[in-house]
Amino acid sequence: MAIVMARGLRKTFRVADKQPGLMGTLRHLVRRRWRSVEAVRDVSFSIEPGEVVGFLGPNGAGKTTTLKLLSGLIHPSAGEVMVAGHRPFRRRRPFLESITLVMGQKQQLIWDLPPLDSLRVNAAVYGIDDLEARRRVAELAEMLELGEELTRPVRKLSLGQRMKAELLAALLHRPRVLFLDEPTLGLDVNAQARVRQFLADYNRRTGATVLLTSHYMADITALCPRVLLIHQGALFHDGGLAELSERLAPWRQVRLELGAVLPAEQLAAYGEIESLEGREVRLLIPRERLTATVSRLLTQLPVLDLEVSDPPIEELIGRLFRQGTVEP
Amino acid sequence: MELPMRYLISLRRFWGTALATQLEYQLNALIELLAMAGNLAGSLLVLWLFYRQGVALGGWSWNAVLVVLGAYTCLDGLTSTLLRPNLSRIVNHVQEGTLDFVLLKPIDSQFWLSLRTLSPAGLPELVVGVALMLWAGRRELGTLPPSAVGLAALLLLAAAVTLYALWFVLAATSIWFVKTWNATEVLRAALTAGRYPVSAYPSGLRTLFTLVLPVAFLTTVPAEALLGRLSLAGAVTSLLVAGVALAISRAFWGFALRFYTSASS
Repeated sequence: MAIVMARGLRKTFRVADKQPGLMGTLRHLVRRRWRSVEAVRDVSFSIEPGEVVGFLGPNGAGKTTTLKLLSGLIHPSAGEVMVAGHRPFRRRRPFLESITLVMGQKQQLIWDLPPLDSLRVNAAVYGIDDLEARRRVAELAEMLELGEELTRPVRKLSLGQRMKAELLAALLHRPRVLFLDEPTLGLDVNAQARVRQFLADYNRRTGATVLLTSHYMADITALCPRVLLIHQGALFHDGGLAELSERLAPWRQVRLELGAVLPAEQLAAYGEIESLEGREVRLLIPRERLTATVSRLLTQLPVLDLEVSDPPIEELIGRLFRQGTVEP
Repeated sequence: MELPMRYLISLRRFWGTALATQLEYQLNALIELLAMAGNLAGSLLVLWLFYRQGVALGGWSWNAVLVVLGAYTCLDGLTSTLLRPNLSRIVNHVQEGTLDFVLLKPIDSQFWLSLRTLSPAGLPELVVGVALMLWAGRRELGTLPPSAVGLAALLLLAAAVTLYALWFVLAATSIWFVKTWNATEVLRAALTAGRYPVSAYPSGLRTLFTLVLPVAFLTTVPAEALLGRLSLAGAVTSLLVAGVALAISRAFWGFALRFYTSASS
């Protein structure tokens, strides 16, 4: 049975429009103009226990809003959500004890005290006795490679150390479902890799379900066999990364080195020209016509070298986000 | 772990970490202690000046007025110890979105927000307030019957609950207004009016302080209880006001949370 289920999920926010300047401010004060923003539109998906799912989308696509709906921080405007057998927005104790939310930009650790103090508070709040709490802290600290950092004030830790301590604090109660919102934000490449490795280990050891958003494609490609791509509040893709790249790029890139400089019109007959610099040409050719086109290129043009490649997924998604629109 | 136990242990850890945090900044802790001592000395000086004049307020003898002042000092100490440090943080939680963490903890969010921290600098004021009430009460009556002391303690507790509930409701409005206008300062000013017996004020203000702002219930009623001047109806009303105020604060918090949209990412 699915551990996370969303059906026809919608969230509409009412936001106030304000014009700049003094007049705008006065008007804003007296007669506020409101408009509705649909942050999440009719999103449906389900996640099985133990899955690690990547949640992708440009800024403002509705990722964080969806995570907040799933963790029960906000009420859905319409639709149905079930997480670990509970309706999240009721925020009942058994539900809260079975989930966790980590937010890369926000921290729950007490700034002036060592992480261990915050961990003791969390242990009490989750009703974990001292002995058990110590055991869990030791186990997680080992996995996260945290040692004396746990007894140093949080303000004196590096960003990477702090994030690891945040993860420890968020996992002390052994949640079955992890909602991770940009857990590697701002970390250097090494720290990112360590957090990623930890999440993979944690998922393997505990069978916890993970839903992860990240700006770093490396996080997604390393951890998530399945991705949900959300765009302008609606679900655009639910499946593997490979199928996503197929959908986003139903063409392949062919790089040619020619024996002579040829006019663009002549080259355009074979495919869309991505770039043309002297005798170097990059063409985009639909996947289904690839074989035929490549053989035509080889027989009809003075080809010195030819290379076929898949555009990297990062680039595809980046392009999608820049364009702002996609054909569903 | 049993649920009440969980709350007790949590509270112990809350206050333990609050003290540890303040001790992190030794100089700051020292300054706060000095400020508290200065504050107290100032209050005592004013008292002494009044005392030399032998003023009576609203038909209350000088010692009876001091009992009211003691109740006020107690509540002011409570404000500095618990109410202000905790409830003024609600606005920050809303602004910075860290309320999310509070709401996701399997513990009552109102409990967390109301008792998460404490500032020990207000504790001496609390002690002085109690001492002043007892001292002045004894000077007024000769001896204080234990029943009067017990009732006064109960009604002072009720007053604390009423003040807390009002303050909490005001702080909770930051869910909508985010930068809450310093409404809580208005409340503190109203509490200041409770320095003196309600009957010392003109009738218009007296009505306001009894019916609109429950200033009368905060300080005058517990003082009357100690002095054996309170009717049964007065005591019951005071307890009812506290109970209703607390219930309203809980209901209001539940209502406010339905509008919480959480600071964006």
